[in-house]
Amino acid sequence: MDTALGNLEKYLSQNKKTILEKWYDLILKTYPEETARFLRRNKDQFENPVGHDIREGIQGIYDGILQGSGDEKFYPFLDKIVRIRAVQDFSPSQAVAVIFFLKQVVREELEEEITGGKINLTELLVFESRVDKLALITFDIFMECREKLAEIRINEVKNRTYKLLQKANMIV
Amino acid sequence: MASTPKPEEILKINYKPPRTRWMDTPVEFKPGTFCYGAKPDNLKGLGLPNPREWSPADEDWKLPENWKEILLEGLRERLDRFRSLRVFMDICVRCGACADKCHFFIGSGDPKNMPVLRAELLRSVYRKEFTTAGKILGKIVGARELTEDVVKEWFYYFFQCTECRRCSVFCPYGIDTAELTIIARELLVLLGCHIDWVVASVNNCNRTGNHVGIQPHAFYDTVDMLCDDIEDITGIRIEPTFNRKGAEILFIAPSGDVFGDPGIYTFMGYLMLFHELGLDYTLSTYASEGGNFGLFTSHDMMKKLNAKMYHEAERLGVKWILGGECGHMWRVINQYMDTMNGPADFLEEPVSPITGTKFENAKSTKMVHITEFTADLIRHNKLKLDKSRNDHLKVTFHDSCNPARAMGLFEEPRYIINNVCNNFYEMPENTIREKTFCCGSGSGLNNDEFMEMRMRGGFPRANAVKHVHEKYGVNVLSCVCALDRAAFPPLMHYWVPGVEVSGVHELVGNALVMKGEKEREEDLRGEPLGGMEDDE
Ligand code: SF4
Ligand code: SF4
Repeated sequence: MDTALGNLEKYLSQNKKTILEKWYDLILKTYPEETARFLRRNKDQFENPVGHDIREGIQGIYDGILQGSGDEKFYPFLDKIVRIRAVQDFSPSQAVAVIFFLKQVVREELEEEITGGKINLTELLVFESRVDKLALITFDIFMECREKLAEIRINEVKNRTYKLLQKANMIV
Repeated sequence: MASTPKPEEILKINYKPPRTRWMDTPVEFKPGTFCYGAKPDNLKGLGLPNPREWSPADEDWKLPENWKEILLEGLRERLDRFRSLRVFMDICVRCGACADKCHFFIGSGDPKNMPVLRAELLRSVYRKEFTTAGKILGKIVGARELTEDVVKEWFYYFFQCTECRRCSVFCPYGIDTAELTIIARELLVLLGCHIDWVVASVNNCNRTGNHVGIQPHAFYDTVDMLCDDIEDITGIRIEPTFNRKGAEILFIAPSGDVFGDPGIYTFMGYLMLFHELGLDYTLSTYASEGGNFGLFTSHDMMKKLNAKMYHEAERLGVKWILGGECGHMWRVINQYMDTMNGPADFLEEPVSPITGTKFENAKSTKMVHITEFTADLIRHNKLKLDKSRNDHLKVTFHDSCNPARAMGLFEEPRYIINNVCNNFYEMPENTIREKTFCCGSGSGLNNDEFMEMRMRGGFPRANAVKHVHEKYGVNVLSCVCALDRAAFPPLMHYWVPGVEVSGVHELVGNALVMKGEKEREEDLRGEPLGGMEDDE
């Protein structure tokens, strides 16, 4: 699939490591300092699942953008990032904002190339629109998570003993 | 470019958390992250202080006038009574080894959920009031005044600790933050500041013998209904006895197994096993609860609720007690029961009537864990098992915190599972056995209003389940704890859809070939056997 990112694609590829690191850093900054330190330091998938999932998530998103993947390919990676944020201490905008951070990082990292005309503005706009779209999908996932949480709560109340007692004709 | 506003500026996102010191950051009670306060009727029912209508989200907690005096006196008393408390207050070197080991910290990212900081909430007050350095130097040595905000903070964070003891495994000094949480909750209850889910359960148990508040006839009816289900599936009618004097064994299970889905399938497994063995046992409608939410309230409540096990055993004249798959029940039995309500001289050292095995580990408490009992039966080849009846299941095992860390029960459940299932897969090493991750809902936090926090705290566990689900297609999370069986279904629903939750004896019940049974077509849940068609 044509990514329509032209030259920008080349620069995104070349600077992938730095851009991802900076993106990761910005996301970690949404947590208190001590927490960010832990999320950064421990690389174990099971001891630090939040840090690990964010890393995998942004990597997958980035690769998807480079490869021009279709929307559905992004879901699992966006999910990795937002499912936990949907139950953590964030407002909806704070939970979803981390996707937008990518725009900021790219502008900063590729500032020279952009101002120097090596990357044309149309390419940048295409890229940014893509990020915007991913943020909207992320918002959908966020809402799904919250709805699921509400549903779980309701079921929890209904399910437990009530169902059984009803079955045994103890509650009418 | 330089003058272009950054997206974060345009969005005006204030994503930086407050940069105040932890001591100066007051708690905010947001829905989903705290449990409802104890209702006046439930406090009254137990004779606990300060019954009143209140919510933790209220500005005014309606504390008794002399609340500060009560707390400090309570703390002083406990420092004298529990040597461990004084030691834990003094010896922490703040090395940080425990800091990132708590599932609530890992999942919530809230630094005050680091065990060392959680303990510091209490320790800071201890320093101020009970140490000379703290009295003189104050904040410089980490001491602080006891204020109403501190009480609120205690409530928030000590009901955000599941008393799972994972942190203590990593502490070089063996400091057990769970014990500090136990003490802190005990102090809070002196002010009537406890959570309703726990106090209501204790109040129920005190009146009716179980947390759910089910009365004897309903207990009987529910078990009878489970026997109907067993008959449908196996063609065999089981008639368990209740409160029968002179039985050899008294069997006590957590009430969650009798009244809660999916615990009931585990209970069916117990009944089938005992029937097949022809075991001389009885159930009790008085000691109808293995669990003990008293443990999450105060030492006195724990003792009171626990006492009925021995009372009933003595009244019925049984020889020993067999206990079901429960988590914290075993912590109470293993760590407290003997000195608290024992010695149970009127009971005998447990011996399996089937194999003759002496359970020497239970010599003193006279109480045997069902997985020890069943593993011994399998070891002696006393059961006919058809593993293939669990072939539609791919099973992993969660070490429930209390059986794992409070009694070292690691091998027996695994031995049983391996003998009744063909497909068993372990989760990663640093998430099982003594390092097991808590379900995130233990110690009485398994209520629905706390769901958001439960999803945070349960994430490390769910994450490991997700791993084996994706890698091996695991579709059953088995465990030996009734609280787990209640807490895991929602956790799985949120994090790992497609994974069901079961007890170990449910799997035993599926595999157990019973004399005179009809050809089995369904498992205990009524699902078709051997069908891999539908994993969901
Ligand atoms: S006992 Fe468990 S929940 Fe409590 S602080 Fe330690 S690790 Fe966390
Ligand atoms: S590991 Fe032990 S000594 Fe170290 S900070 Fe934690 S409680 Fe204190």
